[in-house]
Parts: sequence; structure tokens; C-alpha cells
Amino acid sequence: MISLLSSASPISWLLDPLSHDFMRRALMVSALVGGVCGLLSCYMTLKGWALMGDAVSHAVMPGVVVAYALGLPFSIGAFVFGVGSVALIGFVKQKSRVKEDTVIGLVFTGFFALGLVLVSKIRSNIDLMHILFGSPLGISGSDVNQTLIISGLVTVILLLFRRDLMLYCFDATHARSIGINTGLLHYLLLSLLSLAAVAGLQTVGIILVVAMLITPGATAYLLTDRFDRMNVLAILSSSISSIIGVYLSYWFDIETGGSIVLVQTLIFLVAFLFAPRYGILKSNSSIAS
Amino acid sequence: MMNSLKTNNQIEEMRIEADQVCVDYNGTVALYDASLRLKSGCICGLVGMNGAGKSTFFKALMGFVRPSRGIIRINGLEVPKAQRNQAVAYVPQNEGIDCSFPTSVWDVVMMGRYGSMNFLRIPSASDRKAVWHALERVELIDLRKRPIGTLSGGQRKRAFLARAIAQRASVLLLDEPFTGVDVRTEKLMSELFIQFRNEGRTILISTHDLSHVRDFCDLVVLINKTVLAYGETSEIFTDENLTRTFGGMPPDLLSGPTSSESLS
Ligand SMILES: Nc1ncnc2c1ncn2[C@@H]1O[C@H](COP(=O)(O)OP(=O)(O)O)[C@@H](O)[C@H]1O
Ligand SMILES: [Mg+2]
Repeated sequence: MISLLSSASPISWLLDPLSHDFMRRALMVSALVGGVCGLLSCYMTLKGWALMGDAVSHAVMPGVVVAYALGLPFSIGAFVFGVGSVALIGFVKQKSRVKEDTVIGLVFTGFFALGLVLVSKIRSNIDLMHILFGSPLGISGSDVNQTLIISGLVTVILLLFRRDLMLYCFDATHARSIGINTGLLHYLLLSLLSLAAVAGLQTVGIILVVAMLITPGATAYLLTDRFDRMNVLAILSSSISSIIGVYLSYWFDIETGGSIVLVQTLIFLVAFLFAPRYGILKSNSSIAS
Repeated sequence: MMNSLKTNNQIEEMRIEADQVCVDYNGTVALYDASLRLKSGCICGLVGMNGAGKSTFFKALMGFVRPSRGIIRINGLEVPKAQRNQAVAYVPQNEGIDCSFPTSVWDVVMMGRYGSMNFLRIPSASDRKAVWHALERVELIDLRKRPIGTLSGGQRKRAFLARAIAQRASVLLLDEPFTGVDVRTEKLMSELFIQFRNEGRTILISTHDLSHVRDFCDLVVLINKTVLAYGETSEIFTDENLTRTFGGMPPDLLSGPTSSESLS
């Protein structure tokens, strides 16, 4: 707040933070992670996997703790537990009569609780708050590298399989009937979800990462009827809200993950109200046309 | 030698072969001992009342439910192989799709071409031609840019039929294609089916409307959990067979002596 008031012009509001190394790094990582999660969020929202996203992102918690305790890259532990939770959800659902959403809720809270217990017991230098709420302003060099690798991997796979994954989300029956391996696509999408959750928890933390995985997709969905355009809009809205969020966090000294997600939510609200065709306040002329 | 050659030829000629297929859902039998052999260039009607197992038969032919017994071949191949060869197109009874999915009619029909495209699914000129041609045949070319969700039920049915056409499969499996379409679309579709047959394709159509069967099916299969009768339409469509198929309902309720004129 002080820095905001003492700054002379809007230009310096934008440029001053860039003089800090940690801010440049935070902006770069947040925008990248935002873009990747934004792209994936199109598939999550269209497939109806919001709850699955929430589950996987919470379930990576014990993986992060174990990885830190063993001195491994945190992303490996997180990925193993993310995929493991999904496999466990599938197994329990198949073997019991409990309904899927119940199983999902049950498994991810179990994993999350395990993570909390492990943090309190292992007593390393893990900062619980950083895992839960993210800390892009304090991200370390090795974490930046891991996040870059994960983001690159997810992006490449999504671009290579984009048509097949879109078809899988739209009409899995047809995909099977033309000989596409839908089982493979299912697990591919779940693996991407685990990876993106790992990347997202760097910037907004475990608790809020699900927002990164659904809000941009939901916003873009209100704005267009074309899949490719939806991808672009989701990436843009997600990256831009990440950048604005980091700036707001710097200027007003507020929690970064919270401010990123809050900006995303506000953008969604604007789309919800004013989207040309699907906003609730759409002008009557668009109905007539 | 002569003999084995002959059998080989016969196998190749058969487009659909189902031998004693049984399907159960968690122990409840939906279909048993269902056999069917269809050659190229014919339209076969699959007739039975609700719950007779028509959709189940289609799903078994597509490998979506695993038969507890029996053998299924399409073009002489196992089903997954035939599917990878784009030999079979399937239009389910309910598309089971999210109609607000952000995709256009053109893109939906293009999905019929995916199996023939390269790994990245980048359409070639011939893919675009196939889509255009398919849309023309179902008279949806003017609506090609519309989001799929803005079509009426009958138009949507035509869009999914166009997708099957674009696939250029030799075998078409159509589960109740006529439900919820108007008379004009019905006419368009039945003319299309006759054209397909003349092109040498094999079409299996399920229906509970007997007038269609009389109009353009060469063969008919009557089913009620199993195949009750199978053969040329004129021979199979007897009052007695129909009564058995429809569980004792008087057949004159279902089929007037004259065909489509009186019904439509
Ligand atoms: N997924 C399923 N699970 C359990 N039973 C099913 C399932 N699908 C169909 N059935 C049962 O199998 C029988 C045949 O159904 P179906 O093939 O849909 O008939 P039709 O298409 O001729 O109306 C019905 O008794 C139905 O209740
Ligand atoms: Mg049916």
C-alpha cells in the first residue's frame, strides 16, 4: 500500500516490482503455470472432472511431504500420490457399491489427512503454509526448474493429443468405435491432471489449486462455442489473472495464491454477467440475431 | 483344397457374423444364442419390442459389452481390428453427449474422419471433401457452422448420421435412427439407406416401426432376448412371428395390411 501510494505513475506501478529478482521469477512461473492449468481446465470442465481435480490436488499432499523428507524432487512424490489416489478411487468404486462422488471425497480427505499427520511428525524444514497456500514470491531455483519441466511436459502432451482428448471428452463411445484406445486417454488425462496439480500448488497451493483447474475453463466456456477458441480464452484469462494476482499481492502485501484465485473468480463473474451469448445480462439483440 | 478356398471366400464375403452370442448384465440375461450373418449390400431390420435386447446386440457387435459366450466378426476380423480399419460406423440410440459442448456441426462430422487421419488429426483435403459430401447427403450443409447444441433433435440425428457417412465404413449399425424425426427426415434417411445398400454397404437398423421394415429392409431379424426368426422380409413378416416378437400383441395393431401410406 505504501509502495503503491508513493509510486508516481501507473507505469512505475508496473515496472517497479520488476526490479526485484523474486518478482520477475514469480510472475514468470505464475503466468506459465496459469496458462498450463488454464488449458487443462477446458478438458476438466467439459469432462465434468471438477471434483476429481479437487481430489487429486489434495491427494498429492503426503507425496510432497515424503519427497521432501527423502530429499527427492517434490514433484515426483506428488505425482506418485496423485496417480495413486486416482487408481485407488477407481479400485474402491469398482469393488464396492459406494457411489463415485462419495469414494472421491473419502479417498482425497484420507490422503490429505495422511499428509497433515506426516508434516507434523517428520518435522523437517517443510513449511506447511507454503504447501497449503503456495508461495510464488519465495519459490526456489530448483522448484522453478521442476515447474518449468512439468509445464512443458503437460503442454506438449496436451498439444499432441488435443483432438483425441477433445473427442474423448465429447463422445467416448464414438472414439471407441473408430478404434481409439479410450482407456489410455482416460489415464493420460488423469496423469496430466496430477502433473498440473503439482505445478499449480507452487503458485496457489494445494487448497486452491482446483480453482486453477476449473475456473478458467468455466469462464471460457461462457464466452465461446468453439473448442479452439475456448482453449485460447482459458489460457489468456488464467495467465492474466495470475499476473494481476501477483502484482496485487506485491502492492497490497496480500496472500498471493488467494489474490490470483480471487482475480480468476472476478473474471468469471464478469463473464457470468456480461458474456455476449451466455451471460445473464446479455442484451436482447443477441437473442434476436 | 477346393473346400478350404470356398470357406475362405465365404468368410470374406460376410460383413457381419455373430454366432450364438450371449450377453448378461450382472447375471441378468439380456441376449442369448443370437446369431446373424449379413453379406455386403443389404439392409437388415432388427425388430423387437422395448427391452428385447436390440441395443444390447449392437453394443455386443461393437465390443462395448463383453458377450459371455459366442463369436463376433466384422468383415471377417475381430471387432477391435475391424474398428481400427474403420470398417464399422455406429450411431447409438442415445448419443449420450453433452449438447452444450463447444463444437460445430462441421467439427462433429469431422470426428468421423479421425480414425483415418494421422496421429495429430490434421484434416486433409480428402477429409474435408468427405465431410462436405456427408453433410450434403443429410441436407445439413447450410447449418455446418452452427454449434451442435443449437440443432433440433432430428437435425442432430442427421448430424450423427453424417458423421457415420463421413467415416466411409462398409458396415453401418444404426440403433433406432427413426425415433423422434419428422416425416421428411424419415424419407431422406430411408432413401439414403437404399443408396448405401446399392453402394455395397451393409446396414443393420433397429426399429419397432414395422412400416420401415416393409419399405426397405431386405432382411429382417425378429428378436426377443434371442433371435426368433431371421430371413427375407416377405417370408418372416407373418402374423404368427410378429405376435411372438411383440409378446402376444395382435399384429394388425402393429402393421396394417397396407404399408407406409396408411401409417404416415
Ligand atoms: N447397462 C445395463 N445394465 C443392466 N441391464 C441392462 C443394461 N442395459 C440394458 N439392460 C437390460 O437389458 C435388456 C435389453 O435392453 P436393451 O438392449 O436396451 O433393449 P432394447 O434396445 O431392445 O429396447 C433390458 O431388460 C434392459 O433392462
Ligand atoms: Mg434400445
